[in-house]
Amino acid sequence: MAEYWNIDPARQSLVDEFFAQKPEPEVSLDFNIPEKDFNNAGKGSAEVKNLLKRLGIDPEILRRIAVASYEAEINVAAHSVGGKMISNIYDDLIHIRFEDHGPGIADIEQAMIPGFSTADDLVREMGFGAGLGLPNIKKNSDMLHIDSERGKNTVLELIVFFS
Amino acid sequence: MPIKLKEYLEAIQGQSLTPAISCEGVELVGAYVSDMLSDVMGSGKEGLAWITIMKHLNVIAVASMTGIPVIVFAKGNVPEAAVIEKAIEEEICLVTSPLTTFELAGILYKLLGL
Repeated sequence: MAEYWNIDPARQSLVDEFFAQKPEPEVSLDFNIPEKDFNNAGKGSAEVKNLLKRLGIDPEILRRIAVASYEAEINVAAHSVGGKMISNIYDDLIHIRFEDHGPGIADIEQAMIPGFSTADDLVREMGFGAGLGLPNIKKNSDMLHIDSERGKNTVLELIVFFS
Repeated sequence: MPIKLKEYLEAIQGQSLTPAISCEGVELVGAYVSDMLSDVMGSGKEGLAWITIMKHLNVIAVASMTGIPVIVFAKGNVPEAAVIEKAIEEEICLVTSPLTTFELAGILYKLLGL
């Protein structure tokens, strides 16, 4: 499997600590993401956003989480045969994991280039497929990890710290 | 200086599509003009009107995720009732205007004294 990591250097030790300890989340939310269902894709991100808003998360951090999460959710709907989103909320951060059932990303480095997209006509008609999804996720997260390969599935996980 | 949506509406022959929520007092500091949703995801934020001709349900989600308070549909575009209902639920103001995106952006630019 090919892997991609992007971690804000200032958060490296906190991210390492998170993966070493694998703590139990305070709250965990699961959502299914069906293939090409653009009326429902985004519901998981909306629920997470509403919950975090009630928890009093800073609006700018809330925007970053919502944007990264929504883009990743749309990616699963647009590019995979379906998958799920698992959001784990802790005192100081949110960790969201997106798992799909394939068909995988052929070249992750290429997929990260702004403007590169393999989206089909349906996705483009919806106004997606500009090749900005993954760059937007990278820009708005403190940690982004993608694990994928053509013919396999894709796992994308991200972390955003609350302060 | 931000301007109130009410003032902008008057200048663009705009009609509110979401009278169920209070929109006239919403303050605008600028706009973002794009029909690519991911582009708006990367640049949309609070205080901006989003000027577009896209009018399907995901437009509301993009505004909600980024914090965009107002969507202005150019060239007389009006979304379906389900989209308007979703906007009301998310407290996003929808406006339609017969003007083009170029005119809509230009008028706001002028009103803001930019």
